Amino acid sequence: MAETQTAVSRPEAKPPASPLAAKLKIRLDEDQLTNCMRCGFCLPACPTFRETGIEAESPRGRIALMKAVADGLMDPDEAFEEQMNHCLGCRACEPACPADVKYGQLIEQARDAIEDHTKSHRVWVKGVRRLVFKELFPKQGRMKLLGGALKAYQKSGLQKLARGTGALKLLPKQLSDMEEILPSASGRGVVELIGDFHPAKGTKIATVGMFRGCLMDTLFTETNVHTVELLTEAGFEVVIPKTQNCCGALHAHSGEAEDARELARRNIRAFKEANVDYIVSNAGGCGAILVEYDHLLHDDPAYREDAEWFAKRVKDISDMLVSHGRIPAFAQAEEHARSNARADAQTSVAGSPANEPEACSVRITYQDSCHLRNVMRSSDAPRKLMRQVPGAEFVEMFESDRCCGSAGIYNLTQPEMANRILEHKMEHANATQAHYLLTSNPGCLLQMKLGVQRHGAGTDMKVAHVVDFLHERMAKD
Amino acid sequence: MLPEQARRELIAVLGAEDFRDDMQTLVTHSYDGTPMQQALPDAVVYPRDTRQVSETMKVLHRHRIPVVSRGSGTNLCGGTVPVQGGVVMVMHRMNRILEVDLENLVAVVQPGLNTKLFSAHVESLGLFYPPDPSSMAISTIGGNIAENSGGLRGLKYGTTKDYVIGLEAVLANGDIIRTGGKLMKDVAGYDLTKLLVGSEGTLAIVTEATLKLIPPPKAKKTMLAMYNDLYDAARTVSKIIESRIIPATLEFLDNPTIRVVDDFAGLGLPLDMAAILLIEQDGEPELVERDIATIEAICIGEKAARVSVASSPEEALKLLTARRSAFTALARLRPTTILEDATVPRSKIADMVLEINRIARKYDVNICTFGHAGDGNLHPTATTDARDRDEVHRVEEAFAEIFEAAIALGGTITGEHGVGMVKAPFLEWKVGAPGIEVLKGIKAAFDPLGLLNPGKMFAKPSRKRVVIQHG
Repeated sequence: MAETQTAVSRPEAKPPASPLAAKLKIRLDEDQLTNCMRCGFCLPACPTFRETGIEAESPRGRIALMKAVADGLMDPDEAFEEQMNHCLGCRACEPACPADVKYGQLIEQARDAIEDHTKSHRVWVKGVRRLVFKELFPKQGRMKLLGGALKAYQKSGLQKLARGTGALKLLPKQLSDMEEILPSASGRGVVELIGDFHPAKGTKIATVGMFRGCLMDTLFTETNVHTVELLTEAGFEVVIPKTQNCCGALHAHSGEAEDARELARRNIRAFKEANVDYIVSNAGGCGAILVEYDHLLHDDPAYREDAEWFAKRVKDISDMLVSHGRIPAFAQAEEHARSNARADAQTSVAGSPANEPEACSVRITYQDSCHLRNVMRSSDAPRKLMRQVPGAEFVEMFESDRCCGSAGIYNLTQPEMANRILEHKMEHANATQAHYLLTSNPGCLLQMKLGVQRHGAGTDMKVAHVVDFLHERMAKD
Repeated sequence: MLPEQARRELIAVLGAEDFRDDMQTLVTHSYDGTPMQQALPDAVVYPRDTRQVSETMKVLHRHRIPVVSRGSGTNLCGGTVPVQGGVVMVMHRMNRILEVDLENLVAVVQPGLNTKLFSAHVESLGLFYPPDPSSMAISTIGGNIAENSGGLRGLKYGTTKDYVIGLEAVLANGDIIRTGGKLMKDVAGYDLTKLLVGSEGTLAIVTEATLKLIPPPKAKKTMLAMYNDLYDAARTVSKIIESRIIPATLEFLDNPTIRVVDDFAGLGLPLDMAAILLIEQDGEPELVERDIATIEAICIGEKAARVSVASSPEEALKLLTARRSAFTALARLRPTTILEDATVPRSKIADMVLEINRIARKYDVNICTFGHAGDGNLHPTATTDARDRDEVHRVEEAFAEIFEAAIALGGTITGEHGVGMVKAPFLEWKVGAPGIEVLKGIKAAFDPLGLLNPGKMFAKPSRKRVVIQHG
C-alpha cells in the first residue's frame, strides 16, 4: 500500500518566494488541484500535447506545475507563465477527465494571478488586449463605430489602396492575414437592422432572448438576423434586449476576471428584465461563458441566484432548434434558389461555390467549436440539423472535435502553435473534399477561412456559419 | 542536477532539444498515476532510436546515474516515479509501427507506441491484438510490457506476456540484446522474453517488441446481469467457469462503483443493485449464441434480479466504456483514489469480496470493488483524501490486510499493476525469502550497479504479516 512519506529527493515546501507565488497560492482552488489524480486521460485530448509530446504541455502537466507553485516547490517564473499561456483553453480535457477536474477554472485562476503581476507580456499583446478588452468589446457603441469604420475602409477604396501599396506589411503577419479574410463589416447591428422583438410563426413555444455578441453583431450581423429568423420559424418569440453587452469570455480566459464579472452582471440584468424562458447564443465561445455565469459570480451574494437563473437558461442555437423547437423544413439549394429571387451576394452564405454541382449533392463538413462541444457539451445538435438538409451530404471530418487553433485571441498571441494546429486541421478538412466547411463560432469561422486561404487544397471550399447554411436552405412558404 | 560532465555527454548524444533539466520538465516527470508519490529527477531525455538509448546508457553507466524509462506515466504502483533522482527516459519519440507481417501474423513496434492506436491499426488490417488495459487510450506498448498489463479480455485471451514473442532491449551498460523473434517456438536458453515482460524497467530498457497477432473473433455478444445480493453475483462467476465456459470478458461492479460509473457515463444503470456482472462472449456466431444462453440461465439460477443482452454493438460498446472508466470515475467521490489489484483464484471471488467488505468496515474506510472477476483479478479501490493523514493511514492498514487475505486464499498482491514502490513491502509475503534471493540474483546479473529503476520491487524492508482475526 502506498506509503505517505513522499520520496527522498522531493524538495522541501517553502513559503511563497514572490508576490505572484503568494497570489497563485490564494487563487488556485486547492480542491481542484487535489482532485487531479494524474491518470493521464487528458493527454490524448490535448492539442498542445499532441503537437509537442511534452508532458508540461498537457493538462496533467500544467496542473502539476500549478500544484508545485502552490506548494512552494517551484517559482512561477517566466517559463511557468509561458506554459500557462500556451494552453488554448479549448477545454477538450474536461469531458475526457473522469475525475471531473475543472481545468478551465484552474487555468483562469492561474492567468488571473499572473495578470496582476506579470512583467513579461510582449508589449503589443498587452496593448492589443487592453484596446480590445477594455475599450472596445464592453462598449457596444464603439463596436458599432469600429464596424462602421471597417466598413468604410473596406468600401471606400482605402482597403484596395492599403493592399496595393503594401502598407499592410507594416502589421504583424497574423494581423495582415486577418485583414485579408475579414468579412464585410457593418456599422449596424441586428437590432438596428430588424428591431428587437419578433413574434413566433405558428403556435408560440417559448420566449427566447437572443444574445447578439460583439464580433457576431459587427462582422456577422447577417448571421444574427438569420438566427432570429430560424428561431421564429421554429416557434419561438424572440426578444433582443438592448442593454446586453459583451459576454466577457475573453476577459475571463485571460485572467481579467473582475471585468468579466461586471459584464456578466449587466447581461444578467438585461435578460432578467426581458423575462425570457431561454437565452440563445450562436457563438460557442460566448455561450460557454454565459453558461458558466453561475460559477463566475459564485462569490457575489447579490448576484448568485440570478446568475444561476441565467446559466440554466443558456442554449446554443442548434440545441434550441433540435431539443425545444419545431425544426424548420429545409429544401434543396436549387429549389431554394428558384423560390428565392434575392440574389444578393451579401445575404447568401457565399454565393454558390464554383464547384457546387448542378444537381443537388453538396458535400458539407463541420468543425466543432471547442467551447460549444466541451463546455456546453453540444455536438450532436448541429450535426443533426446538417443531416436534415436534403441534397446535402454530411461528411465527418477526421478529428473535427479538436481545436482549430483560433482559441479566442490565441492565434494572435501564440501564432506559432496556432499555425501548426491549423495546418494539421486543414489536412483533415481538405481530405473531406467538402464544398462547405461549417462552424458554430465566429473565431473558428475566421480561423478556418484563414486555413483555407493558407492551406486550402485549391478547391473552392466555402467557410460558413451553420446558421447561415441552414437559413439559406430553409424552405420558403 | 547531474554532474556537468555527464550533462555535456548526454547533450552530445541526444542533442540539446532532447535533453532537458529545467524545473518545469523535472516537476512534470516527478509523478505517475500513483497517488501520493512524487520525486524529482535530475534530467529528462527523449531518445529517438535504439542507438541513442544505448549511447545514453553508456554515459549513465560511466557516471553511475540511475534511470527510469517512462511511457505515458499511467501506472499505479509508483513504477515510474524517479525515487532516486537521476534521469527519466521518455520513450514517446520512439512510437512507430515498424512492420505488420501478414505472413507470420506478427507486428514489430517501438515502445512509445500508443496501445489504442496500435490496436485500432491492427484491427483495420483484419487482425486482433487482445491486451486491453483500461488505460489503453493513453498507455504505451512499452509500458504495458514493463508492467505485463492485463485488461478486460485477459480471462480468455491472456495478458501482454502472451503476445510478446520477441524483444530488443538495452542493458544497463549500453549493450543491446535481442530475445525471441517472429517465432512461435524458441527454447534456446532461458526465456528472456518472458522474463523481461513485467520486469518493471529494472532489468533492461525495451526498445522494440515483436507482438503476436491473432484472427479476430467473428461475432460478439455483451450482456448485463444484476443482483440484489453481492454473494449471488460472485457465485455466478464461479458457476460459469465450472460449467466449462470461458467468456471473453467477465467483469464485476459493486454498488458504489455502479453509482459512480453511471454518473460519469450516463447509462441509466440500476442504482439499487448490489452488484452487476458485465459478460461478453465472442467467437463463432452459433457458439456465442449458445454460450450467452447458457450464461443467462446460470445467472437466473443464481438469483439475478435482471438479465439483459445488449441489442446493438453501440450499446455493448457503451457498457464496456463504462466499465473502462470505473477506476477514474471513482475519483469523483473523494479527491484521492487508491486502486489496488489483489488477485485470487477465480473460485474464491465471493470469499474475497466478502473479506474486502469486512476489512473496510473494520478500518472504517470506503472501498469500492470492481474488476476482472473472471480471472480473479479484483480492484478494491479506496476513496479518501490525501490531506487526511489519519484516514490514509487506516486505508494503508486495510490494504495490508487485504493483501494478506488474498494470499491466504491462494492469491497474490498484484494481478496486473506491478510491484513498483507501493507493494515492495509485501513482495516477500508472496514469493518467500528464497524467492526474493532468486529475484535479486537475476537483478544483479542484468544490472550489477543497480541503475535501472532503483528503489522498486525489492527496495523496502518487508512488512510484518498481519494476523487476520475473524469475528
